[in-house]
Amino acid sequence: MKKAFVFLLSIFLTASVFGQRYFTKNGKINFDATSPSSPERVEAVNRSVTCVVDLKTGALQFALLMKGFEFERALMEEHFNENYVESNKFPKSEFKGKIKDVDEIDFTKDGTYKLKVKGDITIHGETKEVETEGKLVVQGGKINADADFNLKLSDFKISIPGLVADKVAKTAKITVSCSLEPLKN
Amino acid sequence: MKKVLRQILLLSCFSMPAIHSFSQEPDLLKLLGDDEKTEKVRIKYAFKSPRVINGHSMEFLNPGTMDFRILHRFGQLDQGYKNFFGLDQASMRMGFDFGILHNLMIGIGRSTYKKELDGFIKYAPIRQSTGPWSSPVTVALVAGMTMDGTDWADPTRKNYFTSRLAYYFQAIIGRKFSEGFTLQIAPTMVHRNIVPLESDPNNIYAVGVGGRLKLLKRIAFTWDYTHVVIGMPDSGYYHPLSIGFDIETGGHVFQLHFSNSTGMNEKAFITETTANWGKGDIRFGFNLSRVFQIKKKKSENQKW
Repeated sequence: MKKAFVFLLSIFLTASVFGQRYFTKNGKINFDATSPSSPERVEAVNRSVTCVVDLKTGALQFALLMKGFEFERALMEEHFNENYVESNKFPKSEFKGKIKDVDEIDFTKDGTYKLKVKGDITIHGETKEVETEGKLVVQGGKINADADFNLKLSDFKISIPGLVADKVAKTAKITVSCSLEPLKN
Repeated sequence: MKKVLRQILLLSCFSMPAIHSFSQEPDLLKLLGDDEKTEKVRIKYAFKSPRVINGHSMEFLNPGTMDFRILHRFGQLDQGYKNFFGLDQASMRMGFDFGILHNLMIGIGRSTYKKELDGFIKYAPIRQSTGPWSSPVTVALVAGMTMDGTDWADPTRKNYFTSRLAYYFQAIIGRKFSEGFTLQIAPTMVHRNIVPLESDPNNIYAVGVGGRLKLLKRIAFTWDYTHVVIGMPDSGYYHPLSIGFDIETGGHVFQLHFSNSTGMNEKAFITETTANWGKGDIRFGFNLSRVFQIKKKKSENQKW
């Protein structure tokens, strides 16, 4: 009896580790590659981004399907999938990284935490290391994660033909916005 | 009690790092389970345009878009430099096609050849897809009508308005076999209310075979052949064959091709092709397609 109690209690103590994981399956990522001279906006939003974060270890992962990007213009969406990111060949994009100095942040209190994230991003079959600043807002057991950063299209072998160079910028601004819920395992 | 506490501490010390190290490197996304949703997904972009060259393709316009099409067919290439290899003569068709649903579109057009006005409605009950309840092919149905706008051939006899009209009905069965290869078969029936000669049949049955082979990201080789099965007049008429290239440049699709037909609607190119590839009666032509977004794409929540 005593032993069982001890065992259960120790499980209970360690269970706190699990409570550090948060996730979402409908996070938002927006990208804007409008060049300053373009008459039309080259932007799209993906509303089914998967994100998991482990606040204990600082591990952070994102995944999304390229086909999930919605454009205002159908033709732009077609060109995006067919010619630029080749969604059939490279359907998924991923980010796998870490929150820096995660030990120094105490997420148990509600508040806004600025943090640095570093990791590898894979788009169009190409992987590149990125580092960016982000923000976590903890409120009542839920977390909102926001970040924005720029990506050079050429780093991911996405080539812009000369004909549309005045419309599509060479770098895309990526905006991430996810509201995460505790992951129960 | 002390013993108990020590045991708790010891156990949790052991189990904590165990879980800790376990959670360090692994794929966190796997914790969410296999989220590859088995959804029905439509196969898109089988052709760059809703037309192969002359005939309809298995592809549709996106809903809310309008395709403005300018088609040109020039004179025969063998006319030499005097007529600049046929480019001095041009026959054209201007068309407006509208995408209504992902599987429904309508269009109208006007050709200089016979001053013909034409209109069609195209609907796909089945579209090629993957996932549960998917179909390996797209099945599309087209119904169209043409109206001859020229003066009556014989004004002395009683002429009816309906004599200007012809109809066509088509079923398109197509499949995008791979990223680069698409093939479709299109059984077609054309009915003409009036025919030039008494011996000419009013109903013509034909089968179209069209396809696309992608050469580069933005360039594809296309062909469009229609074999008239029943109702081909004994002489003077040929099966229309067009081969060409689709070149996509941002907002435009250029379809450059060589063909033996001048007609730019189904009735005209299927029943009125009088040139013969075998004899080198080939002409150059192009279709220019520009797609405009006339209605903003619907989105679940337009927050962005």
